[in-house]
Amino acid sequence: MTRTLLRRLALSIPLLFVVTILTFVVTGLTPGGAAETILGTSATSAKIAALNQQLGLNQPVYLQYGHWLEHAVHGNLGTSVLTGESVTTILGHALPVTLSLIVGAVIVAVVIGIPLGVFSARRARSGGQVVDAVSLVGFALPNFFLGLMLGYVFSNVLNWFPASGFTPLTQSFTGWLSSIALPVVTIALPGAAMIARQTRQGMLDVLGRDYIRSLRARGLPERSVIYKHALRNALGNVVTQLGIYIVGLLLATTLVENVFAMQGVGTVAVSATSEHDLPVLEGAALYFTVVVVIAFVLVDLARAWLNPKLRRSH
Amino acid sequence: MTVPLAAAGKPHARPRLSPLAIVAMVVLAVLILAAIFAPLIAPYNPIAENLSAAYQGPSAHHLLGTDEFGRDLLSRIIYGGRVSLLGVAEATGLFVLIGLPLGLLAGYFGGVLESAISLIAEVSFALPQIIVVLAVLALVPDSTASAMIVLGVLGAPALAVFISGAVKSVRAELYISAARVTGLRPGRIIVRHVVPAIVSPLIVQVSLFAGVALLFQTGLDFLGLGTQPPQPSWGSMVADGATYLGRDLWMVLPPGLVIILAVMSFGLIGDALQDARADRRRTTTAGARRRAPAIRPLSSARDQLTVPADAALTVRGLSAETTGASPAAIVEDVSFSVRAGGCLGIVGESGCGKTMTVMAMMGLLPEGVRTTAGQILFQGQDLRTCTPRQYSQVRGSGIAMISQEPVANLDPSFTVGHQITEVVRHHGGLSRRQARARMIELLEQVQLPDPGATARRYPHQLSGGMAQRALIAIALAANPAVLIADEPTTALDVTVQAEILDLLRRLREQTGLAVILVSHDWGVIADACDAAIVMYAGEVVEEAGIDDVFDQPRHPYSYELMAANPRYANQPRTPLPSIKGTVPAVGEWPDGCRFAERCRFAAAECRAAEISLDPVADGHWSRCLRNTEVPQLKLENA
Repeated sequence: MTRTLLRRLALSIPLLFVVTILTFVVTGLTPGGAAETILGTSATSAKIAALNQQLGLNQPVYLQYGHWLEHAVHGNLGTSVLTGESVTTILGHALPVTLSLIVGAVIVAVVIGIPLGVFSARRARSGGQVVDAVSLVGFALPNFFLGLMLGYVFSNVLNWFPASGFTPLTQSFTGWLSSIALPVVTIALPGAAMIARQTRQGMLDVLGRDYIRSLRARGLPERSVIYKHALRNALGNVVTQLGIYIVGLLLATTLVENVFAMQGVGTVAVSATSEHDLPVLEGAALYFTVVVVIAFVLVDLARAWLNPKLRRSH
Repeated sequence: MTVPLAAAGKPHARPRLSPLAIVAMVVLAVLILAAIFAPLIAPYNPIAENLSAAYQGPSAHHLLGTDEFGRDLLSRIIYGGRVSLLGVAEATGLFVLIGLPLGLLAGYFGGVLESAISLIAEVSFALPQIIVVLAVLALVPDSTASAMIVLGVLGAPALAVFISGAVKSVRAELYISAARVTGLRPGRIIVRHVVPAIVSPLIVQVSLFAGVALLFQTGLDFLGLGTQPPQPSWGSMVADGATYLGRDLWMVLPPGLVIILAVMSFGLIGDALQDARADRRRTTTAGARRRAPAIRPLSSARDQLTVPADAALTVRGLSAETTGASPAAIVEDVSFSVRAGGCLGIVGESGCGKTMTVMAMMGLLPEGVRTTAGQILFQGQDLRTCTPRQYSQVRGSGIAMISQEPVANLDPSFTVGHQITEVVRHHGGLSRRQARARMIELLEQVQLPDPGATARRYPHQLSGGMAQRALIAIALAANPAVLIADEPTTALDVTVQAEILDLLRRLREQTGLAVILVSHDWGVIADACDAAIVMYAGEVVEEAGIDDVFDQPRHPYSYELMAANPRYANQPRTPLPSIKGTVPAVGEWPDGCRFAERCRFAAAECRAAEISLDPVADGHWSRCLRNTEVPQLKLENA
């Protein structure tokens, strides 16, 4: 298992560099940029130049990146060009929102998707049609639209959940749950559909294998054959897809955060984009990439646990 | 992009499209044409305001109602389509333009190129696309085109990996090798052979990506990052509708629904193409035969077969057929008995029904096959009358089974030890510690070295011989009375084969285990069994004690099968002996003797009518009219 871990971490370091450098380089190409945005359209070129000087924005890009990296390694991500607030503070408030949504979505998607997939695999033909239909709807439904509809029905009309805002876990457990319920369901449904489909295909594949017949010949109960043996072998691909799903959740959370007026990392990144607040955008890029890295590490570990052939320790 | 790879079909294969897919294509065509001809079709100017007509629902004047400025929603949707569909075209264009050639090259040439693309793809999967797109939008604000191009570029490695995989599987096909041999240049090979074969999977991936791109584009617009007002776009219309949701629910619905419609159409095309190919594969392998089977009456002599007193298992008149519209017989009137401590061989080529017979005994017939007659008498009951629950208790603790391909018969995710203790605990209810002790005992009984270490191993770490021993241990775990061994040594090499057969003999002697050994190899049968039945085309054609049948076979098929064994090939540089022809397929059994086609003794009378299985000597039965003419086997080099 350690080898898998090291390999994944080895791949992740370049990833962190690629993302942060890319973000820096691309945004750094903006003419004028932050200074102009801060001072507004009426600013004179002299004032813009002065602010650029002050913020170090007229230095060559690689020098700017170098400074940023140096500070980042020491945990200092700089301050917002617009508000002067520390980037780590801003993102520190935003991260719990994003994490609550991502973790919540993964849990809900798995809890709904896997049983649905197993159930439909056992009823091969009709189950397949159900899962395919659900999959298609899950694929086609834009999450921002679904969020709006769910919000309308369950908040505006039924008043079961708050229409907007995020209650931190530290403040109130039930408040936190009810504030994330609708956004989580919104982004989890397509995930559940995808997982159901993947689980079903995995199960159908596994159920055709020789060892399934052998397990039945041993007199083992059918529920053990399906849930203990077949499912475990079928989950490998599902777990891999989960990694890709989590990457997609970065965008999905950004969209539902907008619908439900929550300030997650994605929302912070989007405003930083329109305001040319480079340090904040860089910080968001870093945080997102770290989330992805952690997700992939967990996915790799899960796959190694499920499939003994992936472990190298023997 | 999360779609699993379906194997590429032959070139120029035309997949059937379901009606749903055709509807989807029509819908997309309508949307695209509406977008292109927007100025001609749209009833109103999409940005013309008319505040007196604001917040209207659908009406005769405004088919889809109006928004907060009184602008006609239908017209805005038609024009909005231009932005979104153009964005999809941009992203998909880059996706294919970069992904397809890279995939083709990587798949065809393999090596460093393939590894490089694999690596790039791995990194691109992990890249938070949103960040890269945001960075680009920081550079070129409000530019949908830039964002969509970036999306296409970021997605291309995934297509490259997919296409590369498809190309590799096509590469292996014979016609590519043929083209290479005839000297076509790689470029022409790619174009002429590989491309047609991957067109289908390519369309699937592209349509799915198009759906994703559309969701992405509308999402960007929703966030206000792409198209700016007053230009209409589906995403920004949803955002507008959201603002006024409390006041006017309707506004948000038309743009939302049209997005769903469009994405669903992309998805349906992808799905439909996949299913069409999968369906074709399924129907060519299954398929009921048309011929009505000839039902033979139970031969009266066999009908009187009494159950021997020391029989562990007796099968009488067992018949099985396929289910479905036109059932075909697979096994007909098979009877035999095996005593405790004895070993009965069932011999025949593949397709003669031996595996189906033993599967019927285990109650593990596959879908589409069922028993129709006969009795399976075991420990005082007829297993054919058992409920599935009862049968599951008999399996393992009463009758156990081992098969060909031992490693494939073990669950790859669990250790050998676990798979043994699992059976021990299920049938015996022992505690963990007791089960573990029993497990070690069993591993010793099957003579696996270092039982403790072996128990910790996973199936992929075992050789064929070790795996088969482990499976025998599992089979013995619940102390069965009968062990069915279906071609247990076929996949193993000869020395290991001898050890496994030895083991089975020892187990019979030590525990009184009754063994039914199924094989096509008379050598194995001779080695291990004390009696044998020979099966051909679903029926028993000869039955005798092992010495008797080898001394004097009484059916031409038994003789031919014995002679066809390579180890009896007498002279160097003579062709290997083999039986000409093949076993008649299920449903195509002739009325007379089923072996007549391939038999050197066949006469008119053989083909005329059904032949019954009759006694030809003490304990020796044959289904042959000319059984006295069957020669003895000269085993010069045996």
